Amino acid sequence: MSVTAGIRGYSEVNDEIKAELLSKDKVSVTDVNGQRYLGCALAGGKTLEIQGTAGNDLAFCLNGGRIILHGHGQDAVGNTMGGGEIIIHGHAGDALGYGMRDGQIYVRDNVSCRGGIHMKEFRSMKPVLVIGSNAGSFLGEYMAGGTIVLLGLNLKRGEKLFGTHCASGMHGGKIFVRGAFPKENLSPNIKITALDERDKKELDGYLKKYCRYFDADYDEIMKKPFMKLIPETSRPYANLYTAN
Amino acid sequence: MLKEGQVRIPSGCAIAAIIDRKGGMINGSEIIKSIALMHDRSNGLGGGFAAYGIYPEHKDEYAFHIFYENAQAHQSCEDFLFRHFNIDLAERIPTKTIDAISNGPDIWRYFGRVNRVRMKNSRLDESEYVVQCVTKVNSAYDGAYIFSSGKNMGCFKAVGYPEDVGEFYMLDKYDAYLWTAHGRFPTNTPGWWGGAHPFNILDWSIVHNGEISSYDANRRYIEQFGYKCTMQTDTEVITYLFDHLVRHHGLPVNVAADVLTAPEWDEIDRMESEKKEYFTNLRAIYSGALVNGPFSVILGSNKGLLAINDRLKLRSLTAATKGSRAYFASEESAIRIICPEPEKVWSVSGAEPVFVPLEIDEREDD
Repeated sequence: MSVTAGIRGYSEVNDEIKAELLSKDKVSVTDVNGQRYLGCALAGGKTLEIQGTAGNDLAFCLNGGRIILHGHGQDAVGNTMGGGEIIIHGHAGDALGYGMRDGQIYVRDNVSCRGGIHMKEFRSMKPVLVIGSNAGSFLGEYMAGGTIVLLGLNLKRGEKLFGTHCASGMHGGKIFVRGAFPKENLSPNIKITALDERDKKELDGYLKKYCRYFDADYDEIMKKPFMKLIPETSRPYANLYTAN
Repeated sequence: MLKEGQVRIPSGCAIAAIIDRKGGMINGSEIIKSIALMHDRSNGLGGGFAAYGIYPEHKDEYAFHIFYENAQAHQSCEDFLFRHFNIDLAERIPTKTIDAISNGPDIWRYFGRVNRVRMKNSRLDESEYVVQCVTKVNSAYDGAYIFSSGKNMGCFKAVGYPEDVGEFYMLDKYDAYLWTAHGRFPTNTPGWWGGAHPFNILDWSIVHNGEISSYDANRRYIEQFGYKCTMQTDTEVITYLFDHLVRHHGLPVNVAADVLTAPEWDEIDRMESEKKEYFTNLRAIYSGALVNGPFSVILGSNKGLLAINDRLKLRSLTAATKGSRAYFASEESAIRIICPEPEKVWSVSGAEPVFVPLEIDEREDD
């Protein structure tokens, strides 16, 4: 059973989807044109498959469910999500994974500004953001926990792995970057280190999933080295206004 | 009731634009479809459009679009216009009666050339003469607002949702090579007809999503050069900044864009020497014209279309191209609804203004 969105308003479309989900574990929605809040708070065990351009706040507060988007995402995909998985066969807009607390997001292509802004982790809750191509400015801004993976696949000449102010205010979590990256765009207080064995094992799991979801070549990905970006301090702004 | 400017208005807003670089015509129904898809970004308190190339039969004359709030304003503004311009045609702008748009002013348009005797006596060049006349009406003639004053272009705006405003002005009857559109979300005031976007002077028109946090610094700067901010909202100052930088100082449009969105000093410090000197000079000479956001802005003109974002990229703006056309919108879906298979799609970055120049010379074609 599928829902056709067309140019109907978002609340009507979401109501229809929610009604379908009461009796089914998997619902598809086609011809999506910017409707907001699709898959909002979708619970574990449920899957929403989307064709088209999903509107802002896709999978807002995702609660364990699975979202598969055949098309592109706009702003704030996975906003404050607390678990589950989002797979985007395309690119995503600004503030991807905004305040994300758990779960995983896989984006085949690039993301715009502020990807992973204020991601956080707590005990066993560890959010993961995997980006196939590159990211705009402010990637990992105020990042407090979790993992971002930036693969840099299919970059065109002159395109950089990430934009300016990368990891600005980052004070937790880690960013794995593949291949050459623009050091000048990194914020101060960010350390560049090699991956240890635990990192490699963790990363490997994400890469295999990425390859499986998007039919990418694992060996090709492994041809370029990965580095890890982590904050030097957990309080980067401790002395912004006062000396002590 | 307080008008805007007397209270603060944070706004959400939607913007959209289309240009055909080769001058091909685009029907108004397309831009309406694009901006209508972002209905939820506005709240019905302002919508508007700018259209370029719509008055080919009057292309060498100024087209003034004017709101009159009362008969007295109509009378005195018309006296002023007839003294300062040789008006060929005066008419009400055709509108359609629809439920969604009401309580509007009387809306007129005039086509005419400058009164050359008065212009010579004023010792002003033609553009400056027109700008001063428009500024005079908008600041001294209570109840009359000239909201469009370019050649072969026009702005259409009202209090309402943008798709309703488009229907009200019957924009599907107009074809243009460049369209911009705006849906407004003022949250603290009723909004008023003059405060809807686009803002225009001569051939410049601006639609804007966000706020200009540097408004007062910019206003103080631009008012030194004879401009008066009369529309009681922050956006119009950008229109005047562009007019001033391009027309008075002769800067190319892309350089003017660099003035408004110049990089931060620490970024400039890291640049290679030529670029560093360029931006250092721009920031030193034009410090009062630096605009701080959050904003995304689309500037329409007879030279082309320019899209800029604030330096910290606090508002979304997507661009796309297909063939000779370029599209811009606050949301990608608003582009894809009228152009499902664009050749290239990208998010406009805060650091890089996007300028799509018009490849025909508007003034020479006939």
